[in-house]
Amino acid sequence: MEQTILEIRDLVKKYEDETILNGLNLQIRRGEVVVVLGPSGCGKSTLLRCMNALESIQGGQISLEGETVEKSSKNITMIRQKIGMVFQSYELFPHKTILENITLAPVHVQKRSLSDVEEEALALLKRVGLSGKENAYPRQLSGGQKQRAAIVRALCMHPEIMLFDEVTAALDPEMVREVLDVILELANEGMTMVIVTHEMQFARAVADRVLFIEGGQIVEESDPESFFTNPSTQRAKAFLQTFEFHKEQKKDS
Amino acid sequence: MQTYAPLYAEAALLTLRIGSCGILLSAAVGIFCSGVLYYRVPVLKGIVSAYVELSRNTPLLVQLFFLYFGLPKIGIRLSAEMCGVIGLTFLGGSYMTEAFRSSLEAVEKIQYESAMSLGMNNVQVFRYVIFPQALATAVPSVVANIVFLLKETSVFSGIALADLMYVAKDLIGLYYQTGEALLMLVIAYLVMLLPVSLLGSVLERRLRYAGFGN
Amino acid sequence: MQDLGISILFRGSNFVRLLGGLWVTIRISLLAAGLSVPLGILFGLFLNIRNPAAKVIGRIYLDFIRIMPQLVLLFIVFFGATRAFGWNLSNEFSAVLVFTLWGTAEMGDLVRGALISIPKHQYESAQALGLDTLQTYRYIIIPQTLRRLIPLTINLVTRMIKTTSLVVLIGIVEMMKVGQQIIDANRFEYPTAALWIYGVIFLLYFFTCWPISRFAKWLERKWN
Repeated sequence: MEQTILEIRDLVKKYEDETILNGLNLQIRRGEVVVVLGPSGCGKSTLLRCMNALESIQGGQISLEGETVEKSSKNITMIRQKIGMVFQSYELFPHKTILENITLAPVHVQKRSLSDVEEEALALLKRVGLSGKENAYPRQLSGGQKQRAAIVRALCMHPEIMLFDEVTAALDPEMVREVLDVILELANEGMTMVIVTHEMQFARAVADRVLFIEGGQIVEESDPESFFTNPSTQRAKAFLQTFEFHKEQKKDS
Repeated sequence: MQTYAPLYAEAALLTLRIGSCGILLSAAVGIFCSGVLYYRVPVLKGIVSAYVELSRNTPLLVQLFFLYFGLPKIGIRLSAEMCGVIGLTFLGGSYMTEAFRSSLEAVEKIQYESAMSLGMNNVQVFRYVIFPQALATAVPSVVANIVFLLKETSVFSGIALADLMYVAKDLIGLYYQTGEALLMLVIAYLVMLLPVSLLGSVLERRLRYAGFGN
Repeated sequence: MQDLGISILFRGSNFVRLLGGLWVTIRISLLAAGLSVPLGILFGLFLNIRNPAAKVIGRIYLDFIRIMPQLVLLFIVFFGATRAFGWNLSNEFSAVLVFTLWGTAEMGDLVRGALISIPKHQYESAQALGLDTLQTYRYIIIPQTLRRLIPLTINLVTRMIKTTSLVVLIGIVEMMKVGQQIIDANRFEYPTAALWIYGVIFLLYFFTCWPISRFAKWLERKWN
């Protein structure tokens, strides 16, 4: 059963005079994991932010399960509950404990009971390996722990789709793995996800579909194996090469 | 000196009474107005900006005279104490607004976005995420404002409120007890203001230690 | 009734007299400010020298002047000086003296803060480029300090102008006093005078202080 959950049509996003996204089209199916790759400034983060209506758009339309996603629409808070987003800088609320961070929105926005949400939160924290940290403050956690907590916070809202914006880019290398493992597990459970990342091997392992964006347009779109072993466009080839290092012969005098 | 101490004490209590009313109301006005400015609410934003400019560029004494002597002429008769509270709130509200506004803007926008992405509406974001964080950085300014407003209460004698200045002036004028009167005046204000000032420094240090960083 | 009330402002030389009162206020503030700036700079440098005794004396002076309401200081000087030293200070002299003492303290604190806020490596990188101490101060330190100081100083001047309204309470004939005189003199013909007179005084203060604070903000923005 492959229904489209998120549809983007002719998306145009401008910032002052600069066009960042130029007529982008995309359809995401339920349960699909889409990885978005591309050089810096190509618009990948902007695309994610538009999906969550954190940016206003100048053209085109985004719809989630048939409902229009737009920054100024009256029921945007309802739509945002269905979209979970995890940021590169974690953005946990520093003045609240981990548990409070997680339960804040479900209780006040979805009006669920605190005890139910706490139970769920504790179970999720256990799954990501953060048992015992529920009463700690964000500043007491490492980067990797904070990011896992941020993922749990987003999950507790029971979203239909999760967006990950370069979530391991700010982490020390040892901590990258623990976060990526969590995301892999979510993928295996069938969560619909859009992931912006620079971790190529992870991208290859987790993606159902790879999008290569450059200059505000989708330049290439294919399954991960094809993309990484044999990219069809020159620009994709050039991009992938920037991640490879070859030992060069030193010039002899 | 002992004979006059009760007079001073009573006057000090009056000052504190009117002062704390004014300060609390000012804080309330400040929270509301800073929210208006932070969210750039149309129409209200202009009114709040005008209010802040008007209030910050005029002395409290003039405001009090207008309220106490001027308003009765169009039928609004307020007690001297009411005038004191209203005047203090009018002045204090704008200072509190400034204190909260700059702290609100210091909270990173991405915190706001992260809260929004969880589905919270503007009021919820302000109440649970942005304002609590702003409060920590606002403490020094708020305490400075409290000290400032308590000092401003010294003009209440101008509208015949029996505050500390009034008592002192009486003692000087009627009983020629200048030295004692002035000394007790200084002591009275020190007793009222030093604790607040010190409390502010302590609070500021403790909040900084608690460290509201990521 | 409204017309009858507001026309008091246009009667005779009333408005001019109010402006005269405003001038008294401004005169006192400008004189005190003019003295406070140089004295304040000296005081600020004094607060930064390494002598612990100097620091303590400086801080006590600073904290006392800032924690006491200006009106209390006015009382102390105007009523107290006569008694303590036998001086017969005029109220205007007392006012200028008090505001100068206050202004010097505030200015000194501003200067101290501005000097401290220049990061140490500004001095170091200037020296690494080969500038001597005098050149460092002239080209690097002082321009930056001035940029931080000037808007704050202008802000202090505005505060001084507002606080000068207090001097009516030690009997100086400034704007408020003139207003009171006008109101009393016209008690029967213009019963609603108080509303208009104090309203106008309110606006006069606003239109005096507001342009100055806008100018300070403009400067701040221009230099940041």
